[in-house]
Amino acid sequence: MDALIALVPVALALGLLGLLGFLWALRSGQYEDLDGAGARILFDDTKPTERQPQ
Amino acid sequence: MSVIGRIAIPAAACAHCGATVAPVARYCCAGCEAAHGLVEGLGLDAFYRRRSAADGALRPDAAPPVPLAAAAVAEAPGLWRLDLMVSGLRCGACVWLVEQALAAEPDMLAVRAALTTRRLTLRWQGAQGRAEDFAVLLGRLGFRAVPFTPACLRAADDAETRSLTRALGIAAFGAMNVMLVSVAVWVGDDMGAETRGFMHWLAALIGLPTIAIAGLPFYRSALAALRARRTNMDVAISLGVLATAAMSLSEAWRNGPFTWFDGATTLLALLLAGRLLDRTARGRAGRAVAELLALQDGMVRRLAPDGRAEDVPTGAVRPGERILLAAGERLRLDAVLEDAPGLFDLAATTGESLPRPVALGAAVMAGAVNMGAPAVLRVTAAAAEGSLAATARLLEQAAAARGRFVTLADKAARLYVPTVLVVAAGTFLGWWFGAGLGWQAALVPAVAALIVTCPCGLAIAVPAVQVVTVGALFRRGVLVTSPTALERLAGIDHVVLDKTGTLTCGTPSLLPGDWTPQDLRAAAGLARGSRHPLARALLAACPEAPLRRDVVEHPGQGMAAGAARLGSARFCGVAAQGDTPVLWFTEGGSEPVAFHFADALRPDARAAVEALRSLGLTVEILSGDAPAAVARVAAEIGIEAWEGGAIPEAKRARIAELRVAGRHPLMVGDGINDAGALALAHAAVAAPEAQDLAQVAADLALRGEALLALPEAVRAARRAQALAQQNIAFSLAYNLVAVPAAVAGLVTPLGAAAVMASSSLAVILNALRAERPGRWMP
Repeated sequence: MDALIALVPVALALGLLGLLGFLWALRSGQYEDLDGAGARILFDDTKPTERQPQ
Repeated sequence: MSVIGRIAIPAAACAHCGATVAPVARYCCAGCEAAHGLVEGLGLDAFYRRRSAADGALRPDAAPPVPLAAAAVAEAPGLWRLDLMVSGLRCGACVWLVEQALAAEPDMLAVRAALTTRRLTLRWQGAQGRAEDFAVLLGRLGFRAVPFTPACLRAADDAETRSLTRALGIAAFGAMNVMLVSVAVWVGDDMGAETRGFMHWLAALIGLPTIAIAGLPFYRSALAALRARRTNMDVAISLGVLATAAMSLSEAWRNGPFTWFDGATTLLALLLAGRLLDRTARGRAGRAVAELLALQDGMVRRLAPDGRAEDVPTGAVRPGERILLAAGERLRLDAVLEDAPGLFDLAATTGESLPRPVALGAAVMAGAVNMGAPAVLRVTAAAAEGSLAATARLLEQAAAARGRFVTLADKAARLYVPTVLVVAAGTFLGWWFGAGLGWQAALVPAVAALIVTCPCGLAIAVPAVQVVTVGALFRRGVLVTSPTALERLAGIDHVVLDKTGTLTCGTPSLLPGDWTPQDLRAAAGLARGSRHPLARALLAACPEAPLRRDVVEHPGQGMAAGAARLGSARFCGVAAQGDTPVLWFTEGGSEPVAFHFADALRPDARAAVEALRSLGLTVEILSGDAPAAVARVAAEIGIEAWEGGAIPEAKRARIAELRVAGRHPLMVGDGINDAGALALAHAAVAAPEAQDLAQVAADLALRGEALLALPEAVRAARRAQALAQQNIAFSLAYNLVAVPAAVAGLVTPLGAAAVMASSSLAVILNALRAERPGRWMP
């Protein structure tokens, strides 16, 4: 019983962390282009695709 | 370049687009040669080693790029953002090439291309007009870019899919964590009452928020149905889930043996997964249709009073303004011909297969294609008031009527919901008064009966079959966009076919004549430089013709290169006149030869009609073309029932007449003149290359060339319907065992979970049978 009091919140917190990660990924548009994401990993970026406005 | 890289492209394939070329040639055309040079110059030749779409789709088009600058949005002073739909973006390598090539531009800040939605987002600083340079660059690489239309945006930026995904994530999290606690209770016989109570409240802590949030899509739909005084499957699901949550809370309160939060959350997770798959499958088809439509959505070249030409969106043109229509271009607005008599292809508006001469000052309807010289027209109605808008309004009314179709799942729910309520109420009252149990204890078997009747298997029964069938049809070039399309297609008993553009190709093709293959080759070489429909038809007959670099196009007359001339009779010095489409060709004073064109029957039209008949369907032709032309096609295919000269109203009247007679007609068409009939029919299919309004009016769209996909779609829809019925029957049969056990109070949460999972699995496995490949596949 003592172990449960420590372990259950830990298990829940870890699960919640995963859920938050999923919600963040969803909000930042990582589920928008599943086909492209799979192909993109195979290519090297020879040039940066993001630049700051000067 | 590595040795492997060189081998990856076959010797007889164009080095850029991969189309088959003559053994010695490296490129299929000058455009590909330029594109290849550009890619190598940018140091991006890794593209050729990695691309997977190598079938000529990347061949750069001679078409001038669509003006894009007007579509750019200023995010800040000097900071521009532009969303484009890029046609031809087919593999990861294409995404990479586009991103890298554009990122090499010095003023580009961010490039992001999405493969799923074909959406390219550009952000740059500097001038707005730079958008045109980017469009030219994309065009030279072989990609066609058009502004992202609202329809594209609706299809791509799908808030409902996102909210379903979020709900699924939450439900899956909740289900797994509740299960962690529930399993402990299931196996923990020696667990003290205090620990069990703690476990119950822990499950409630996770389960209740999960049920409240993840169930929202179902509750919303159920509420909407109840407000309309109907029941649907979502009412059954909401009822089951909410009753289970309430009963579990009461069990946690009195510290009963089990709570049922695990069942409710798992049910939600499973159903959300099914719903998301269903939506994704149809969303893909919807995006493909939106892409086809965006490519048709062009700009209009408006002539200012001082004679200057500028490209503006169709909606910005006001009545009375003058526009310039290039050869081969489609008119987007109603107008009258202003400067000279012209020749127009009216196939999309009337169904006529032969181009018709239009006199000076005569009205031309939106949808006509200019087959003659570039024409100046005066617009008579703005886009919002013209004939296209009138047809679109007609379609909206028809779509509302179609929305009242009752699906198989709804029919099942109408029986299921009252039955299950009566059983649950009877169980509750029986245990409470009959057996003298406390009301809380009596609630357990009653709710167990509710949840064990498996709204799960029943709710997955139809969507599972739909997902598999829609996916299989998508791969065969049939785009299913309406959720009830398959069920309606399965119920048809009569097929009404349009002629021009449906049974025929809708574009001119070369007829045999007294020309030699050398003539054809030489003439096609000249035709390569032109966008005129007849020139393109000539090139299609001899695609391997070499490009002549010295070609000069004389608009409205023909093409000249050295002593060779290709064009109208007068342009080639021939006195002949005729009303059929013809191109004359002469080289260095030789005897001119004539190439005659006609709208040819699709190669598989006959086979498709025979396949439809073998499915027990009756077939008729309903065309706006001249009766003689319709009769000829009907005789060639072997259809006895045909009608020619039908105006759009006559087509709609014919469909309405069939419906009144109790038939379930399927309408197949491609033109604006078919749109009304398509919307009115029991089910509607847009033929390959159909006009945008026809695609909007139809439930299914055929992509590619094959008309044979039509009988296959009917067959697939019927198979899907049969499987869905089997699935529903199976779910109901399951209940014959499960419900008495639940009513008798013999079912534990573990048993309910096992029943739910096994019935869902059985239903899904049965649905997978829908993907058996059809016989027509190559």
